[in-house]
Amino acid sequence: MSNPQDNPSDKPETAHVDQPAVEQSPENLPAPPGGTEVRSVGQRRGMFGVSGTGDTSGYGGLVAPIVFPSPSQRPYGGWFDEVADALEARLGQTDLTAAVESVVVHRGEITFHVRREDLPFVAQMLRDDEDLRFEFCASVSGVHYPDDAGRELHAVYHLLSMTHNRRIRLEVTCPDADPHVPSLVSIYPTADWHERETWDMFGIVFDGHPAMTRILMPDDWPGHPQRKDYPLGGIPVEYKGGSVPPPDQRRSYT
Amino acid sequence: MTSTDHSAGNSAGQQDLYADPSETSQGKVFTVTGQDWDSITQGLGDSADERVVVNMGPQHPSTHGVLRLILELEGETVTEARCGIGYLHTGIEKNMEYRSWVQGTTFCTRMDYLSPFYNEATYVLGVERLLDIEDDIPEKAQVMRVLLMELNRISSHLVAIATGGMEIGALTVMTIGFRERELVLDLFELITGLRMNHAFIRPGGVAQDLPPGALDEIRDFIALMRKRLPEYAALCNANPIFKARLEGVGHLDLAGCLALGLTGPPLRSTGYAWDLRKTQPYSGYEDYDFDVQTWDTADAYGRFRVRLAEMDESLKIVEQAANRLADLEGAPVMVGDKKIAWPSQLAIGSDGMGNSLDHIRHIMGESMEALIHHFKLVTEGFRVPAGQAYVPVESPRGELGAHVVSDGGTRPFRAHFRDPSFTNLQATSVMSEGGMVADVIVAIASIDPVMGGVDR
Repeated sequence: MSNPQDNPSDKPETAHVDQPAVEQSPENLPAPPGGTEVRSVGQRRGMFGVSGTGDTSGYGGLVAPIVFPSPSQRPYGGWFDEVADALEARLGQTDLTAAVESVVVHRGEITFHVRREDLPFVAQMLRDDEDLRFEFCASVSGVHYPDDAGRELHAVYHLLSMTHNRRIRLEVTCPDADPHVPSLVSIYPTADWHERETWDMFGIVFDGHPAMTRILMPDDWPGHPQRKDYPLGGIPVEYKGGSVPPPDQRRSYT
Repeated sequence: MTSTDHSAGNSAGQQDLYADPSETSQGKVFTVTGQDWDSITQGLGDSADERVVVNMGPQHPSTHGVLRLILELEGETVTEARCGIGYLHTGIEKNMEYRSWVQGTTFCTRMDYLSPFYNEATYVLGVERLLDIEDDIPEKAQVMRVLLMELNRISSHLVAIATGGMEIGALTVMTIGFRERELVLDLFELITGLRMNHAFIRPGGVAQDLPPGALDEIRDFIALMRKRLPEYAALCNANPIFKARLEGVGHLDLAGCLALGLTGPPLRSTGYAWDLRKTQPYSGYEDYDFDVQTWDTADAYGRFRVRLAEMDESLKIVEQAANRLADLEGAPVMVGDKKIAWPSQLAIGSDGMGNSLDHIRHIMGESMEALIHHFKLVTEGFRVPAGQAYVPVESPRGELGAHVVSDGGTRPFRAHFRDPSFTNLQATSVMSEGGMVADVIVAIASIDPVMGGVDR
């Protein structure tokens, strides 16, 4: 697959020309032209996993926002624009032009953030339109961002077009308080088990799924294990008089 | 169990706490453990025309691991088939969120235990994409990855064919399959120090260089397999019993494969030459000369033939990789960036793989800075820029991909594996409903699910 990011001239203009190429992490870049919002999904505190009096380094006071790659501006580069054009053209024929909230191009992969209520329509179009033909849904995976207020739960769809040999990613979000996303089983039957797994692990309810039951955990299991607020569990291990805490209670480097 | 004693005991009215029928709200429940099916036909009596739901597994020798099948039968015909999975769920994805990026390979290698190198490869390729070091991976590391992955494809396909044969009663196929697989595992042991669960492919390269003599061993193996692989063809390809059991069983055409997300041999057995090694090459697969094998029957026999032919192709790739490695002696196998590369090349000692003694001498006796660097990188690990990546590879079972999400920290924020066994197993219903009970086994064996990968 050709990588549209290989060609530097295709890169979106995110970096200011005067900015020395030393620190390129997103929070240190100036706001990209066009005024897109850089959204922080949490905060990172300290460096060495210690706080209070145990911290003799002073680094414990550091506070840095956690920022994911910000939305990209046109041109996206390579075939990304063809897909985005075809998608926009089809959406423009309906009154759903706002269905795609933003587009992120990062490391040669393109992600369409889709409004959750429009997901089935967008997916149907992506599958059936001649210029798009994403006939294969590889996977659905959930991600939990506990500090991303109002968009805590994300469902990520990896679509593949075998016709055009392209891959894109769809991402929808839903708040913890209303964890509902429309099901894609009627469009991609393969999403059946993947959506059940995402329900099982994250508690996202896929409306319209024919049999929304747990799949990996026992039917009577309480909670959704891969959410960030669900503990890993484990017991301390004692060895020669010392005690090793379980992995989620060890000192961690944030 | 001796069947005559058992059924005689039942008919004589003796109590068997574990096998006697019991009444539940769902109907009468029988427990049969083999060769005692008479107890069911006797027990059913007049109600034999009611529907019979048979639970097969999770502890059943023919379900390819701890897979539970729920079959609704009408005589010997399956009217409905459902899978119960999750018996091998170990929370690997959750555990990875609590370890460093490098430690992640140690966990994910254990998912699909028959193709460990592919689990490692897809995860590592995702991490490398997020680190933006995809172009910096040394050539030798790339070639070694390809070499190990293709050897792994051979060993995995051998098990697929062997266990598939065993499940239909072809025990010779099983014994010769495991005989050859042993040779591949010996090579793995020589190269990585371990026969399974290697954690050998690491972000930035591979854990260590080829040991002396490995290339000779690989060449001997190739020469031997060139003789042995035709034996499988001679034994099975035209074998009337083998063909009668496999042909036309577990049929799934191209449209069905795409709708249900099937990849790998089931997809290629429909005649569609989709192979990520050709269509979306990674790790330098575009530099190797091999063909994508297809068949046109879309049934269990076609999948068997695809696997058999793919082993020949894998041998071709292994040979090319070995030839390239012969020219790359002494070349680095880990990325040059010291902020990512593991501080020492590992070595195999008498007690397994560990830091080389030279490195220990250096950090403990010579350089304080080297010790600090080692400590930081080993305990804290490196940071991976925030973002997400999905780099699938063509595993023996189909598209295996890791959705790797980083929040810029030293540990994966989320790692989700799209395992081909998990996805392909969804086709169980379509492949087996309307067929015989015995064909369910063949259909599932033709998917070749590995429950460690299904349940993760």
